[in-house]
Amino acid sequence: MLSQQLLNALSLGSVYAVFALGFTLIFGVLGVINLSHGVIFMMGSYIALQLVTLLHLPIVLALVVAAILSGLLAVVIDWLVLRPLRARNAPHLAPMIATIGVSILLTSLIQGLMGAEIRRFPSGTLPEESITWGDLHITYVQIGIMVIAIMMMVGLWLLMKKTQLGRALRAIAESPKAAALLGIPVEKLFYCTSFMAGSLGGVAGVLVGLSFNAISPFMGQPMLHKGIAVIILGGMGDIRGALIGGLFLGFAEVFSVAYLSSDFRDAIAFGLLFLILLIKPSGLFGRILERKA
Amino acid sequence: MLEWLETFWSTYNTLILSIGINSLLALSIALTLSCGLLSLANAAFMGIGAYAAATLTMQFNCPFELALILSILTPVCVALLIGLPTLRLSGVYLAMATLGFGEVLRVVIMNIDFIGGPMGLNGIPNLTSFWHVLAALLLVVYLLWRLKASKVGRAFVAIREDEVAAKLMGIPVMQFKLLAFSLGAGIAGLAGGLNAHFTYTIGPNSYAFENAVEILTMAVFGGANSLLGPILGGTLLTLLPEVLRGLKEYRLAVNGLVLILVVLYLPNGLWSGKSRRIKKSMTSVQG
Repeated sequence: MLSQQLLNALSLGSVYAVFALGFTLIFGVLGVINLSHGVIFMMGSYIALQLVTLLHLPIVLALVVAAILSGLLAVVIDWLVLRPLRARNAPHLAPMIATIGVSILLTSLIQGLMGAEIRRFPSGTLPEESITWGDLHITYVQIGIMVIAIMMMVGLWLLMKKTQLGRALRAIAESPKAAALLGIPVEKLFYCTSFMAGSLGGVAGVLVGLSFNAISPFMGQPMLHKGIAVIILGGMGDIRGALIGGLFLGFAEVFSVAYLSSDFRDAIAFGLLFLILLIKPSGLFGRILERKA
Repeated sequence: MLEWLETFWSTYNTLILSIGINSLLALSIALTLSCGLLSLANAAFMGIGAYAAATLTMQFNCPFELALILSILTPVCVALLIGLPTLRLSGVYLAMATLGFGEVLRVVIMNIDFIGGPMGLNGIPNLTSFWHVLAALLLVVYLLWRLKASKVGRAFVAIREDEVAAKLMGIPVMQFKLLAFSLGAGIAGLAGGLNAHFTYTIGPNSYAFENAVEILTMAVFGGANSLLGPILGGTLLTLLPEVLRGLKEYRLAVNGLVLILVVLYLPNGLWSGKSRRIKKSMTSVQG
């Protein structure tokens, strides 16, 4: 029983981590809270759903296409909404409100186009039997989620630490102005970051759509809340923090439902967030709270 | 004439009262913003006010006016309690923490059976009249207008512009932040108490993230720097869905679009509070 809960927690936590990685990447590099990350997550799962139901693509291919398209969507949002604000040097409230606007707009469009009801992947999208090992049941979805999540996390980590691109991104995170003076094409790399973050969000959307098999226009908002909790828990802009924060939230939710009560499941994320902010506002791994002199 | 007025009122009374309530809410968040605090807890405070007032009139047969006063005082007390630890945070961290407070509160309300749990409270007596809303709005506007011109109002602006400089000038930053936060909570609570007594029913989900955002939108859209701005924003954004009724499910899309366009092209809102008087006084200081 305990090992089953551990497994469930691990797969749930991995999804949270993938989602939060994109969220934290945007904050780390661009320095803004992109509240449209939740709808990009939602769009990712709708794109995959459409590809599977209309074009009968295999789910793996649909996942890749959804990742690319949601990445592009994030770039478009960045270009249309965040770039003008960057150019104007707007206060941090502005991008938050503007991306809330993007969320409302896209949620409403999808609701109008696809209907508000909950959609499902057609049966047979994934092998439905599970592997039984003792009294432990592992579904193929869970295995897929964990493999994909680990791949993306390791990939992102290698990218940030070992490549020239990662070095440039870290330089921008430190100071966009100094990075620009050093000849780093800052604006181009902002788009690049948005693309990566959008892809991570979209992939998380597909994974959630597969594991809960419930896709709705409103799935982005609760996920966004959890993402916020995770990145504050782990320290904003910190990749390792998003990873551990995501897993931690997964474990906290699964174990509170299993051993306490399901009534307070949705309050767990924010209860934790509230506590962390009171005790250590910079998060578990955060270094700086604000850059103001 | 009188007959026409009567039919007009019976058709549009909910809408007119909603305009007043939403203007109050927009003013409440404009007040906290004027001190540089981006708080997303005002929907939660509205909920606390609504629940406090509705419980009092329904369970304890409390007179409406007294219930309204308590719908101000209860959220103020809660704001003082949660403000002390959270207001140490700034910028986005404060926004996130207050958002967290709203979510936790929602779940807590859902699990208290005394106030209806997930079903909320139903059959709240219809006690709010036009005059209640008008009086509340006038009172709040007068209060905020006096506040703006006072030492306190100027201290708020100083804190918003530069917290460190304000502290160095001897302004007790924490106390003033707490004051702005709890005053905003009180106004939002009053709006909640008034609102509960003409909507017949309230529930834990009526005061969630979306509502916090809506309140913020109204203030930013109208112009959070002035007193007229939030009222203008509250009025227009209450009317907008009625005007756009033909668009059906795409109505909200227009709301989202308006929000984006305002942030991009009207950073100070429709009614920018940068009055000529201040500009003049600035130049006169320089020259």
